[in-house]
Amino acid sequence: MTKQHQDKLMITGLAWFVAVVIFFPLFWMLLTGFKTETEAVTTPPSLFFAPTLENYEEVMRRADYFKFAWNSIFISGVATLVSLMLAVPAAYAMAFFPTKRTKSTLLWMLSTKMLPPVGVLMPIFLLFRDMGLQDTQIGLIIVYALMNLPIVVWMLYTFFKEVPREILEAGRMDGALPKDELYHLLVPLSLPGIASTALLSIILCWNEAFWSLFLTTSDATPLTAFIASFSSPQGLFWAKLSAASTMAIAPILVFGWMSQKQLVRGLTFGAVK
Amino acid sequence: MATVSLHNIRKTFGETDVIKGVDLDIADRDFTVFVGPSGCGKSTLLRLIAGLEDITSGTLQIDGQDVGDMPPAERGLAMVFQTYALYPHMTVADNMAFSLRLAGVSKQERQAKVRDAARILQLDQLLNRKPKELSGGQRQRVAIGRAIVRSPKVFLFDEPLSNLDAALRVQMRLELTRLHERLDATMIYVTHDQVEAMTMADRIVVLQAGRIEQVGSPLELYHHPRNIFVAGFIGSPKMNFFPSEVTAAGGPTTTVTLPGGGTVAVPVEGGHLRPRDKVTVGVRPEHLICGDDGQLKGEVLVVERLGGGTFLHIEVAGGEQIVVQASGDNPARTHDRIAIQVAGETCHLFDETGKAVPRAQRHPLADAKRGGRSDG
Repeated sequence: MTKQHQDKLMITGLAWFVAVVIFFPLFWMLLTGFKTETEAVTTPPSLFFAPTLENYEEVMRRADYFKFAWNSIFISGVATLVSLMLAVPAAYAMAFFPTKRTKSTLLWMLSTKMLPPVGVLMPIFLLFRDMGLQDTQIGLIIVYALMNLPIVVWMLYTFFKEVPREILEAGRMDGALPKDELYHLLVPLSLPGIASTALLSIILCWNEAFWSLFLTTSDATPLTAFIASFSSPQGLFWAKLSAASTMAIAPILVFGWMSQKQLVRGLTFGAVK
Repeated sequence: MATVSLHNIRKTFGETDVIKGVDLDIADRDFTVFVGPSGCGKSTLLRLIAGLEDITSGTLQIDGQDVGDMPPAERGLAMVFQTYALYPHMTVADNMAFSLRLAGVSKQERQAKVRDAARILQLDQLLNRKPKELSGGQRQRVAIGRAIVRSPKVFLFDEPLSNLDAALRVQMRLELTRLHERLDATMIYVTHDQVEAMTMADRIVVLQAGRIEQVGSPLELYHHPRNIFVAGFIGSPKMNFFPSEVTAAGGPTTTVTLPGGGTVAVPVEGGHLRPRDKVTVGVRPEHLICGDDGQLKGEVLVVERLGGGTFLHIEVAGGEQIVVQASGDNPARTHDRIAIQVAGETCHLFDETGKAVPRAQRHPLADAKRGGRSDG
């Protein structure tokens, strides 16, 4: 066996190991969802058992899954759209008309992500209360869109930087106004990048739990709140919690699976020209 | 009718002055070439005219209209970029029609204009291809086509041939010259390649460090360079220079020393020169003649044979290195001792500040346009 083969084998082995470590909790959750509550807590845990759908039935009976799921889809989708609509022109300006302070502005924007959300919980909670945004979809959309804005601007900025400025200048010579440059040139040229940014934003919104738990109670609750509702004060019901969690992550998992090619392409966009 | 005039144009980037007060009038239908070494500001000057950069101060007029504050598209210009800057997601036809589409021109008219431009540039068969499916030369033609369909007042070219290989560059050079004759439009062309400048231009603008050194026809610059920089920049291989001293002045010729003790009488209007003044003698490699006898003597260091001609790199007295362009069958070999004749009428004199001393006789072709084109 040559050195090259050995290396390849080692890297493949390592990749599988990492994949299994990451995937195992999901697999365990999936399995537990099909066990009875007693089986779910037995030690040693059983790998082979008679699968049951009773947890799913119970979960569906206790909560309106589809309402939560719709809230998640709607809030993630619209929040992503809003942040893209704000970030595309911002990143365009920063990438093609930079000033002395553009770089530091970008860094400052990113630094806001370092602030623990709990630090602004009270002001946002009070603002929401006074503006009547508590437990509304629009409220969560505003928070999610703004929360992801720095990352979305950063990603778009790096993708836009990959577009040769001469192409936009040629457009300007051809009579393109900034909106034409964006619509006819920049957006089509960086579509893979924009798509992967949108995907990441959707995933981040979908997984967000902190704000959804604090700012919603019943009408606008997304799936993260749905999961939380199964960790009841009577004690943990592992099987039901697992079933609920599986239902909560299933849509985004399928969505991510379907778009993984796009995601990888977007994230390596420009690097492999 | 499309004239371009620049008056005291300045451009600064932060603390750096890039264009330091340029005055220039470009005549209607002229092919004007901006030439100069890298960083001389020639591309910046073109971008200022295009409107892609803001002018710091000064006035820019196109056809007598002040356009300094106008957006690029309203100036009636079209530009061909060094990197072609084609829209990669559009077909050749869409690339060419983009400006018309933005201007709200009807589809029929768009197609007709694109077809016309495609015919001129022999792109008929490629209209449905994407830029990535084209060769470098074809891409450049599409970029030119994109400019043609707009029927601009002035065409701007920013080093359009520098990404092409040598053979294609010569071919495209000819095509551009013919295109200029066919369209009879005002064209401004930026290049660092003085051969392109010499072969294509009606007028050359030589720039250095953000200033115009000289403006003139190619042969005017070749025969009557205004200073040592222009003399060295125009012509290939570049002009040979020797430090020298005036030995006799005041008559129809000025006699100056050459390395090794020889002298040469140069017909210049050197009224202000006095004996013992320091000057620089310039003589082009193609004007030096190798022979059995001559004012310069030296040792051959390198022989470069091109077939049709031979470049001899020679070290003369005082350690100066010069280049002589000899005939293709010159038998000289490395380390040969060789004599070189210097004819006074082919020499240029530059005073201590580097300014040329005007030559006594104007060259008959110095004011002629490229290819014998006439004005008007």
